[in-house]
Amino acid sequence: MHEWALAEAVIVTVHQEAEKQNIKQITKVQVRIGELQQIDLDIFKFALENIKEIYDDMFLDADVIDLEVESSALKCKVCGKEWEFRDLSHLKEDENESIHFIPETAHVFMRCPGCGTPDFEIIKGRGVWIQSIEGVL
Amino acid sequence: MDPRLSVIDRRLEKVENIIAVSGGKGGIGKSIVAAASALVLAENGRRVGLLDLDFCGPCAHIILGTDNLYPEEEKGIVPPKVNGISFMSVISFTAGCPWALRGSEVSNAITELLAITQWGMLDYLFVDMPPGLGDPALDAIRLIKRMKYLLVATPSKVALDVMKKELQVLKELDMKIIGILENMKRKESEPLRNKLEDLEVPFLGSLDYDAHLEEAIGNVPELLKTGFARQLREAVERFI
Ligand SMILES: Nc1ncnc2c1ncn2[C@@H]1O[C@H](COP(=O)(O)OP(=O)(O)OP(=O)(O)O)[C@@H](O)[C@H]1O
Ligand SMILES: [Mg+2]
Ligand SMILES: [Zn+2]
Repeated sequence: MHEWALAEAVIVTVHQEAEKQNIKQITKVQVRIGELQQIDLDIFKFALENIKEIYDDMFLDADVIDLEVESSALKCKVCGKEWEFRDLSHLKEDENESIHFIPETAHVFMRCPGCGTPDFEIIKGRGVWIQSIEGVL
Repeated sequence: MDPRLSVIDRRLEKVENIIAVSGGKGGIGKSIVAAASALVLAENGRRVGLLDLDFCGPCAHIILGTDNLYPEEEKGIVPPKVNGISFMSVISFTAGCPWALRGSEVSNAITELLAITQWGMLDYLFVDMPPGLGDPALDAIRLIKRMKYLLVATPSKVALDVMKKELQVLKELDMKIIGILENMKRKESEPLRNKLEDLEVPFLGSLDYDAHLEEAIGNVPELLKTGFARQLREAVERFI
């Protein structure tokens, strides 16, 4: 389960940030999960709970982590066309799996639907990102 | 906030030494030095890893004679073993296809790979760097603070000049320099050592131009029998 590594990253970052800001109890963490990375939310939640148990901490409840899937926006650097990852559904399973591990491999397997170049930008909806952390001091 | 940045040190925490093989200029033998150093140390029973950070032109796998490598998933991804080396390359994700990629996305991909790769316990991790002082070089400096640099140069004025520029940047940023290794030395070339005196960096030795090296690429037992490998073993002794 490779999601474990990213879930751990979220928990560790929340801890570090809470320490910096002297937060004693976390009340809300907003995590955006980019569509491109195709993370299964149930697996990710399971990983978060699992890690919370290992860290055995009382100050962060896995329930307060709010996961929100962000739709993707891809934009061609050459012709300017914009599209979403879900617009193209022809990818094979192992290609999707590569993108799941390293979202930038989208450039290996996808082309701009306008002009056919691999030279496009991932504007949003890439991967795991912490949007905000709230807590009581 | 990018959560990945907080776990990179953890992924590398059981790695004793992280050594970037760099040198600025392209085609001077960084990849072959990185891969062969890893092989030579593995041969001596050390626990060794090799990370190919040249995402747009990976070739460490060609030197090792392997493709179709699939990492295992275990709390991240675990590098597959090749000739006793824990080996990580983007070829595991690119299905043999080219990967044309802009700098900011190279950066993101490097961060991702470092955040999910579980290296485990290693004595040495060699990082095969791409040429230049672009995003990968800066990301390596930013993300792997413990990295030590092994700089490769050839007798060519061109390679020397570019290597000196990289050295200057690394020194300015307080990165640790292991030393300079001369590669592709020819009988008639003026010793590089003489040109390095003012740099205050250890000279690790010279590897001759080896006309038989090309035939051994992709064949590890043959590679380890070359004159190149013999000279590299001596040089490696100087920095481990
Ligand atoms: N000492 C040597 N004798 C003969 N050939 C060599 C020697 N060192 C390197 N080579 C050859 O030179 C070529 C370039 O080597 P290598 O790919 O390791 O360079 P590099 O610095 O990693 O290049 P790049 O900058 O593209 O990553 C290879 O074909 C390699 O076999
Ligand atoms: Mg190389
Ligand atoms: Zn286009």
